[in-house]
Amino acid sequence: MTTQPLIDIRGLCVGFRGRSGSMLPVLHGIDLQVCRGESIGIVGESGSGKSTLALAAMGYLKHGLQRISGEVIYNGADMFTRTAAELARIRGGQLGLIPQNSGQALTPTLRIGRQLDEALRLHCALPAGAHTARAIDLLTQVRLPDPAAILRRYPHELSGGQQQRVAIAMALAGEPDALLLDEPTTGLDVTTQAHILELLRDLARTRNMAMVYVSHDLGVIARVCDRVQVLYAGETVLEGPTRAVLKTPAHPYARGLLASIPRLGESTLPRALEGRPPSPGSDRTGCAFAPRCALATDHCRAIHPPMVQGGTGQESRCLYPEQIAQMDMSGSGAPLSCCPRNSPLALALDTIAIRYDRPGSFARFMPARPGPPATVDDITLTIPQGETLGLVGESGSGKSTILKTIAGLLPPAQGRITLGDGTALAPRVDKRPPDQLRRIQMVFQNPDESLNPRHSVADILAQPLSLYFGLAGPELRRRATEALETVRLGAHYLDRRPGQLSGGEKQRVAIARAFAAAPEIVLCDEITSALDVSVQAAVLELLNDLKARHKTTFVFVSHDLTVVHALSDRVAVLYQGRLCEIGPSATVYAAPSHPYTEVLLNAVLEPDPDHAPHLLTADVAELSPPACGCPFQRRCPVKLGQRCDTDTPPWQKGADGHAIRCHIPLSELNKTGRG
Amino acid sequence: MIPLLFRRLALGFVTVWLVSVIIFLGVEALPGDACTAVLERDAHGEALAKCRTDMGLNAPALARYADWAGAALQGDFGVSANGQESISQIVGYRVRNSLLLATGALSVGIPLSIFLGTMAGLWRDSWIDILFSSGAIFAMTIPEFVAATILILLFAIWLGWVPAIVLTPADAPPLEFFPEFVLAAVVLTMIMIAHIMRMVRSSVIDVMASDYVQMATLKGVPYWQIVFRHALPNALLPAINVIALTVAWLLGGVVVVEVVFNYPGLGRLLIDAISDRDLPVVQAITMIVAATYVGVNLVADILGLLLNPRLRSHHMGHR
Repeated sequence: MTTQPLIDIRGLCVGFRGRSGSMLPVLHGIDLQVCRGESIGIVGESGSGKSTLALAAMGYLKHGLQRISGEVIYNGADMFTRTAAELARIRGGQLGLIPQNSGQALTPTLRIGRQLDEALRLHCALPAGAHTARAIDLLTQVRLPDPAAILRRYPHELSGGQQQRVAIAMALAGEPDALLLDEPTTGLDVTTQAHILELLRDLARTRNMAMVYVSHDLGVIARVCDRVQVLYAGETVLEGPTRAVLKTPAHPYARGLLASIPRLGESTLPRALEGRPPSPGSDRTGCAFAPRCALATDHCRAIHPPMVQGGTGQESRCLYPEQIAQMDMSGSGAPLSCCPRNSPLALALDTIAIRYDRPGSFARFMPARPGPPATVDDITLTIPQGETLGLVGESGSGKSTILKTIAGLLPPAQGRITLGDGTALAPRVDKRPPDQLRRIQMVFQNPDESLNPRHSVADILAQPLSLYFGLAGPELRRRATEALETVRLGAHYLDRRPGQLSGGEKQRVAIARAFAAAPEIVLCDEITSALDVSVQAAVLELLNDLKARHKTTFVFVSHDLTVVHALSDRVAVLYQGRLCEIGPSATVYAAPSHPYTEVLLNAVLEPDPDHAPHLLTADVAELSPPACGCPFQRRCPVKLGQRCDTDTPPWQKGADGHAIRCHIPLSELNKTGRG
Repeated sequence: MIPLLFRRLALGFVTVWLVSVIIFLGVEALPGDACTAVLERDAHGEALAKCRTDMGLNAPALARYADWAGAALQGDFGVSANGQESISQIVGYRVRNSLLLATGALSVGIPLSIFLGTMAGLWRDSWIDILFSSGAIFAMTIPEFVAATILILLFAIWLGWVPAIVLTPADAPPLEFFPEFVLAAVVLTMIMIAHIMRMVRSSVIDVMASDYVQMATLKGVPYWQIVFRHALPNALLPAINVIALTVAWLLGGVVVVEVVFNYPGLGRLLIDAISDRDLPVVQAITMIVAATYVGVNLVADILGLLLNPRLRSHHMGHR
């Protein structure tokens, strides 16, 4: 581009002082130019330095980080040499930040109104009397319902999507020239994510703002960015127009990253990108990606590749850009192991209802009042042995709640759970005999929290082995080693602690712990959502393998429809704790589907520049189920009328055990489907 | 939130009631009673029997408990065993004096410790932090009688600025304690500062590293506005309970300091009553101290609820 860049980052190196006292760099000579009206995506795995780069663009470095060399030029001067007063004027004014987790980035003790007012007071020329009107105006711009009420709320009283919108409104208060977005939609539901991205696209277009998106999600980048920069181990390895990077990436890392993303259209598992990036301060003579690269030669390990033109406008840090197109990057080829038909029952849930609000000690003496509708209601599911049942839905749909109830962590208000042999499970985990406990194991979302940081891997694996099988001594150690081998980790991991493992390794240990109990049923609660896509693909492959070998039954909960699609035999779609649709995975993901499934599928973002989500205009998340009728009545785009508000829809049976709970006949639903 | 307050209040009453039962039973279990204490060597035969009848000690324990508890509820703790004085009157002055001393220590100690803790937290690991933190630990670790003795030597004997000990009688008007109680208040302040200061320091460090403080920085909020508007209201929440415990400890009578300075507070009265085997007075003081702990912690809970919007609306039921 010929225009003057708005933000011009040149040769930026940032590092921290390691324990040995030497400087360990996390960013290596990054160049980044952003012009007005342009949006740039910065992609990379966790630890690649992408968030550090976004914050550095505002002249901000996290505690402990230092600038080693390079400059960040904004408005003709280096951000790192400006005075505190100048920085305070620019930050939140001309340069706005939208943080990753707005729930934590909004001050919990201040009302939304005060926080917006603060931004206006600092960066806006309006007289103080006009601030409230302007705040309402900003909240309306980010399409928040009832802005006047939101101003009076505290941050924790808003949903995740609302908090994110407030953060956007706050960044807009200073009428910025450029927005820096640090994983702006990570952790949000597919529908909310799609809506926020559309909103940001609109804002960028109407205000001619420059945008820098930091994300690990290539689907997000595909939707909103003109250009992409791929970071690997703190260095730019690929830079180019979004379309070219996503269609014909000129770097093996980008190629691998794209291949590891599960897609709705694929019928095989995505290909995992093995290995992990080098840690800061490791030797950088060769190409940083060489240890993980299928194309790597001795030449790659000997010299550090420069950035070279790689065709279609891309610049790549690879010595053999012409060979990349020949890499085989179609799915791993691993066919999905499928559960045998008509296998015996493993687990049955019979009309389960779950309530969070329990009458307190005082309320028991009060006259009974009709409570709110149950959080989860009328869940009847039968799961045959060896099947993987996926539970999908937005946050608040009750999918994790159901898992907790099966695990006995949250007793149901009503209904019963039986195992395949007819044993009824006690509602509470402490009332279940050890054998029942052994048969149902759970893997949690965040291994950092589910693994005790003070226990070694050997201790962690020893617990189920000694508890359920009474093992001790060398036999215990042998079985622990075996358990590690099932998750493809070597025996040398036994003496490590969780803190010494990467995210993917930790989650493997958590899976090994579950399988050490030789369970019949494994409950997986969002187990890949805290992982990078490349690692996620490896974990999915592992689960698929375990499923084929051990004939284990899985209940797999995820908000990511593509992940559920990649792994599940059957899928159940939940809305507000009620089942909407259930059936074989292939059937649910194809038309006809429940209007809610339709909304979810339409919001999925694919790493494809030609793919655009179809969104409903006024779609807002709800916080509680309606008292009667169809749970989806208030959001349904094809609502029939009165009947949906009052009558619970019937189950309509299709082929292959497919069932949809809707008043619209199946044949009609077919027509409203995607197409 | 209102039902929650009622529940806390009810629990508080139950706690105080349980304390009263335990004290009563404890006193019952001790060998001897008020009459043996009053009559001393004459406590035998007819004199003892007459005294017991006079004092109503022959009634069943339950009836005596009901009498005592009923009167105590109305602020009447009976008469002391030896002097035949009204306990409520003696204890009343002592409570006032302890309150006076505690107020002196708290009014300086709380703001000072919050200030020092905030400074130490904001300039973590700098010389300010090291100086404040180690100074506070040092002040806390010296036993209070040593600190008291050193202060007396320094300010009362060498410099002669303040009197060494308190000679004012317990029932004197509050102002007459003025120069005399200063040293005692200083010693108490020294002991309490370290607890609160360290709590505030670590919580300021946590909050300053939080996402919302980073966000405020990147919103362009000047440093001191971040500290006062965004950081401190959140950082002080965990300190409330530590402050409450300190307040309760001070109000409950600080035995060692009162004895060293001869201060006529609740703590010294307790020591005197114990050595005189004046059980009714011991009972009364214990009840007052228990009620103080319960009351102060209740206030801290309410304050925590009022200052923390997350707790507040959680209990009001809309999450």
